[in-house]
Amino acid sequence: MAAAGERNATSDLAARRQSAAFPPQTIAEIQRAASEGLYEIRGWGAKRSVPSFNDLLFLGASLSRYPLEGYREQCGTKVTLGTRYAKRPIELDIPITIAGMSFGSLSANAKEALGLAATEMGTSTTTGDGGMTNEERQASKTLVYQVLPSRYGLNPDDVRRADALEIVVGQGAKPGGGGMLLGLKVSDRVAAMRTLPPGIDQRSASRHPDWTGPDDLSIKISELREITDWEKPIYVKMAATRVTFDTQLAVKAGADVIVLDGMQGGTGATQDVFIEHVGIPTLPAVRQAARALQDMGMHRKVQLVVSGGISSGADVAKALALGADAVSVGTAALVALDCNAPKHMDDYAALGTAPGYCHHCHTGRCPVGVTTQDPELESRLDPKAAARRLRNYLATLVLEAQTLARACGKSHLHNLEPEDLVALTPEAAAMAQVPLAGTNWIPGAAPTD
Amino acid sequence: MTTVDLSQVDVRCLNERLHALCGCEAQTEWQIIEPDGRHSIAVGMDAPARVTIEGHVGYYCGGMNQQAEIVVNGHAGPGLAENMMSGTVWVSGSASQSAGASMHGGLLIIRGDASSRCGISLKGGSILVGGSVGHMSAFMAQAGQLVVCGDAGDGLGDSIYEADLYVGGAVAGLGSDCVQKDMTDVHYQRLTHLLEQARVEADPQVFRRYGSARTLYNFHADHAGDY
Repeated sequence: MAAAGERNATSDLAARRQSAAFPPQTIAEIQRAASEGLYEIRGWGAKRSVPSFNDLLFLGASLSRYPLEGYREQCGTKVTLGTRYAKRPIELDIPITIAGMSFGSLSANAKEALGLAATEMGTSTTTGDGGMTNEERQASKTLVYQVLPSRYGLNPDDVRRADALEIVVGQGAKPGGGGMLLGLKVSDRVAAMRTLPPGIDQRSASRHPDWTGPDDLSIKISELREITDWEKPIYVKMAATRVTFDTQLAVKAGADVIVLDGMQGGTGATQDVFIEHVGIPTLPAVRQAARALQDMGMHRKVQLVVSGGISSGADVAKALALGADAVSVGTAALVALDCNAPKHMDDYAALGTAPGYCHHCHTGRCPVGVTTQDPELESRLDPKAAARRLRNYLATLVLEAQTLARACGKSHLHNLEPEDLVALTPEAAAMAQVPLAGTNWIPGAAPTD
Repeated sequence: MTTVDLSQVDVRCLNERLHALCGCEAQTEWQIIEPDGRHSIAVGMDAPARVTIEGHVGYYCGGMNQQAEIVVNGHAGPGLAENMMSGTVWVSGSASQSAGASMHGGLLIIRGDASSRCGISLKGGSILVGGSVGHMSAFMAQAGQLVVCGDAGDGLGDSIYEADLYVGGAVAGLGSDCVQKDMTDVHYQRLTHLLEQARVEADPQVFRRYGSARTLYNFHADHAGDY
């Protein structure tokens, strides 16, 4: 027995017993809220653990299936988006596109790097809230132009020089919420593009100013087709929430392409409570959307692009196997540029964070020049070198996805199918509607005779 | 004068012909008959043509207009002249909701009334409404001018930025961060000029001006209830 005044290991453990209801992070958040009186705003996507593509496995070939030779036989990667109505669909060499991210949230150098890398890989990149910059138009062979609720910088000249239009209904990080760009990033150039006073905490609308609901959307899509003489594909981007209904309504409204963003999708700045508590994960979203398209007889006719947490070639292959025509990467592309790279450690420390944990895009003080409008910080990102890194990363994703597809005996990534997959957990099995590994049990599936 | 009968030719064909004028500096004249409430008439124009539409139009007439002068001798549906950049859209009757939404430039004149959200997300240019406007007009208006000769509905100028609003009649209620401001000589001159352009007879002296109090420009705990 310890003498009075002495401590031992047992008492130390008891004294440091953590509350399940109030762990240190919860206590810290309560005290931050009590001090500041506002919700936490941050960048990146959901940090909570949710069922994901990591919970799925490919079965690979054996006696009942035979594989393709990994280094000899072709495995196609090309995809065409916008085949439903557009005179000029988008032809891509790989089924991995760059997601919409704004100039303002990102630096001009980062936008240029995204465009250069996408062009080299034969894929598309996408504008964001705030309009199109000349740098990204020149760097991007194929550029998708977003039409957002804010309509910042939206103009018909850029509509005409875009390759496709993407009507943004929502994004995975904040379904039902508008954009946000804090004052530190609203530089003179950003403010001028958005017709706003410099330095304000910019709020974007969550609803479009001139349409509401699917019937209006149908007319809006028609207007954009008229403006572009029916040449350019019209995408509709939605956050993953009521996926089945939303997919059906988007098809009915006349979308050429549906872009579906799961809750792991990133943002430059949004309320943490939004990021962590609204929307559904990408895994169930892709399956629900694909099924909705199949039920309408529109699968592969209206293309499905999914995003939200895609980080590896395995993720790409699994998303395609579940029915997507392509995927879109945002956060992973920024990481490839240099986001969270272990450089300029003092600057991470000044933000109260460290490489591997940083989600401080909202501050405008990005240590590596990706999400900043500060000229000195931005100069740390060389667009050409960053583009080379992203090009390498995208090439790796393609190689990984092809490797898995060949192992399943598929001569094109689009030949992957749910039957190639099993799940590691009942939750993932239910969401992806594939069997739990080692069983023929698909939770929630309609019973078969 | 070229006449296009929309009971015989579809809107797609009309718009393609109007788009073919892009780059043409000659001021051509077009007359559109039998519009019958069709949507997206004369959208995406980029030429100094004059297009007169004899009848009512549906959604988005004159959307994203550049340079053209579009006259609607009738009423207009939602999203009239949405995102117009330059030129003029003139409506003899009334307009439905979201007239002039996110306009960046040009002049929109509605001789009758405009419904809710007139001038929503306005980014430039001028809107003049001869009658009254509905609720939430000039919501999040960033720049430009909205002139309402009649009354304004509730929530006028909610979350407004740097736009100027002039109202000749009664205002049912102001939105968050929208306040009445002084009328200076500069404002009277601007207003007088707009009334003359619209050929509306109204006394500028009876108008009141509204704009942003600029208290919501930066997030602050004490304003949380206003967002």
